[in-house]
Amino acid sequence: MSKPGRRPRKRAAKPRRGAKKRPVLVPEPPCPLPRPSFPKPMVWKEGEEPRIGVFICHCGVNIGGVVNVPVVVEYAKKLPNVVYSEDNIYTCSEAGLASIKEAVKEHNLNRVIVASCTPRTHEPLFRAACLEAGLNKYLFEMANIREQCSWVHSHEPERATEKAKDVVRMAVARAAWLQPQEEPEIDVKDSSLVIGAGIAGITASLSLANQGFKVYLVEKEPELGGNLQRLHKLYPTMQDASEILNPALEAVRNHKNIQLMTSTTITDVKGYVGNFQVTAAKNGEKTEFEVGTIVVACGAVNYRPPEGLYQYGVYDNVVTQLEMDQLLGKGAVGNPERVVMIQCVASRKGEIRAYELEAFAMSDTSRLLRKILKARKEEGWPYCSRICCMNAIKNAILIKEQAPKTDVIILYSDLRVYKEYEDLYSKARDLEVKFIKFIEEAGPEISETPDKRLLVSVYDMLAGHEVRLTTDWVVLSTPLIPHKDSIILARTLKIPLSPDGFLMEAHLKLRPVDTQMDGIFLAGAATGPKDVPESIVSAKAAAARAAILMANKKLRTEAITAVVNPDLCRGCGRCEEVCEFKAIELVEVAPKVVNAQVNEISCKGCGTCSVTCPTGAITMRHFTERQVNAMVEAAIK
Amino acid sequence: MEAAESEFEPLILAFCCNWCSYAGADLAGTARISYPPNIRIIRVMCSGMVHPAIVMDALSKGIDGVLIAGCHPGDCHYTDGNLKTERRVEAMLVMMEDMGIETERLRLEWVSSGEGEKFAKVVRDMTEQLTKIGPNPFKPR
Repeated sequence: MSKPGRRPRKRAAKPRRGAKKRPVLVPEPPCPLPRPSFPKPMVWKEGEEPRIGVFICHCGVNIGGVVNVPVVVEYAKKLPNVVYSEDNIYTCSEAGLASIKEAVKEHNLNRVIVASCTPRTHEPLFRAACLEAGLNKYLFEMANIREQCSWVHSHEPERATEKAKDVVRMAVARAAWLQPQEEPEIDVKDSSLVIGAGIAGITASLSLANQGFKVYLVEKEPELGGNLQRLHKLYPTMQDASEILNPALEAVRNHKNIQLMTSTTITDVKGYVGNFQVTAAKNGEKTEFEVGTIVVACGAVNYRPPEGLYQYGVYDNVVTQLEMDQLLGKGAVGNPERVVMIQCVASRKGEIRAYELEAFAMSDTSRLLRKILKARKEEGWPYCSRICCMNAIKNAILIKEQAPKTDVIILYSDLRVYKEYEDLYSKARDLEVKFIKFIEEAGPEISETPDKRLLVSVYDMLAGHEVRLTTDWVVLSTPLIPHKDSIILARTLKIPLSPDGFLMEAHLKLRPVDTQMDGIFLAGAATGPKDVPESIVSAKAAAARAAILMANKKLRTEAITAVVNPDLCRGCGRCEEVCEFKAIELVEVAPKVVNAQVNEISCKGCGTCSVTCPTGAITMRHFTERQVNAMVEAAIK
Repeated sequence: MEAAESEFEPLILAFCCNWCSYAGADLAGTARISYPPNIRIIRVMCSGMVHPAIVMDALSKGIDGVLIAGCHPGDCHYTDGNLKTERRVEAMLVMMEDMGIETERLRLEWVSSGEGEKFAKVVRDMTEQLTKIGPNPFKPR
């Protein structure tokens, strides 16, 4: 037998410990695309003997250069239920896939194993080949002998070969117990619920409604517009907030596809992607409706400091940036001699002693909420609120423009003016706004002067001495913080919270605006502080993600779900308690007979219920106890 | 037949969750971080899917060590399957004490999909430790 692609052992023999990783010299294996259409999978015959085919991949020299592949092939042939085994240079190549399909027909295989790379890359490809050969895709199994064998044991080829044999043996043992599975297909309703009518919610609603989908826009306050309706001017264009908001409001109010529901809260959401049943309440009056997708745009609120923090609430001329913006709008700031702004209020460790935590003092005592509570007590809101630096500079510029003689001083410990906002900073500099850097440990202190003005004393870090500033206004830059109601909403929708208390996206890098709940998307400041353009971007992204689901009309879900054996279930309900996805519930199947029932579409297949079940009534499809046990036993031999 | 102490190679079974730890083990491969070939990995969807009965069964049949690897707390794909595993592992350790199995034979580790180096380190540590402890007393001779 020829040994294609084998390379001399010497090269792989001794990588020095601690030596720098060399770049991979071997070309990546080819990756053909799966075929567009497949015939219907074959119907599985009950009681049919397993006939397993094992295909072992050299992966060029990636596997074959370390593991003695022909030896593993010969070994596999002797394993129980294996009727066919061969090696391929690249099993994932056109030729490799063709040989799988041929072997399935020729040897009447009913299970296929490919021993090659990780299932995380090529499993869908091999499954597609099985489908084409008329085999259910869940009758395919993969043995990882590249990432978890040849690549990590390249210095021990003999033992790597032994390990590859073991891994193949374990896969064969499991394959014998594999069962064909059907993936349920569901209909997706072409309507969407948008929670929150701030700029993000409005944008998402308009985007969806313009694509022809019915939108229920729910806002808990009587007015639309969220934070934007309270703002006067927006950076960096210095436009009136109403200039942006009013046309959007007009469009939302008059859109035939948007149903507006103000002063309304969401009390319950049942169901799953494509079919959510929503209960909303207005003045205690409940409405129910069904939607296919949900966009959460519940936003964030500007933090109001507790009384006494930097003398806030003690003196009337200590205000937050938001209040200053509103005062500027009313023209109530006058022509002061000096204005001092303090950045990162309540965002720095050790700053907050007396702290109001009503937003978090809930009866709910989940571990995560307790953690958030504890962290907030100790640290305040330690994340960067992103908008405060620009907001302070914007207000400083507004003051300077209306009263050029006013001395505006911004006290900061870090200043973050990113991308085009650098220009805003330069403009403030040109207008002679002053910036003083302080250190967290010696932050500003505020007292009253005899002539009823305010005195701010702060250690100027760059000058190296204390400065004392007599001022007419003190403006505090407080962060955007998560809404109390958004935390309750997150529990209703089963969306996890970040340690800061914001709603969390499914993946920090790869899945923005998605949540771990299929069919629910996040827009705007619900996920963390965002300014207007950022909110609009995320709202459009969320609307697009929701529209994809609804435009497809149908959806296939994963077949790896829990199955309840009604003969063993005693209806204790522990599975219902542990399920994070509301996918299992007790149902009265006959008078006085309660059984657990799984909703296969909302079930994510985590298997927690199957381990919790005291009677062993719950098994996981494709990960049954028999299948896992078979691997364990095979590992021992 | 008694294997000489120096020749003893422990057999470790690892249950790796599909989303973090299995990917972490893959990353160790992609980055060519070597570790001893004593480990056999079983992919599960979530560490919360690993039934204590399977672990205890494996130990009672002579597996030298069991590693359960899941996502870091807060990163679980299924919200908190890993935390449920954490509590179950506590119970398993008590059971192991009762059975007279060294508790070092069971380990719970949080390995994210970006921690190939950590996965390799855990396997190295565990292999070293189990080599010192010696074979599982339940190993059939």
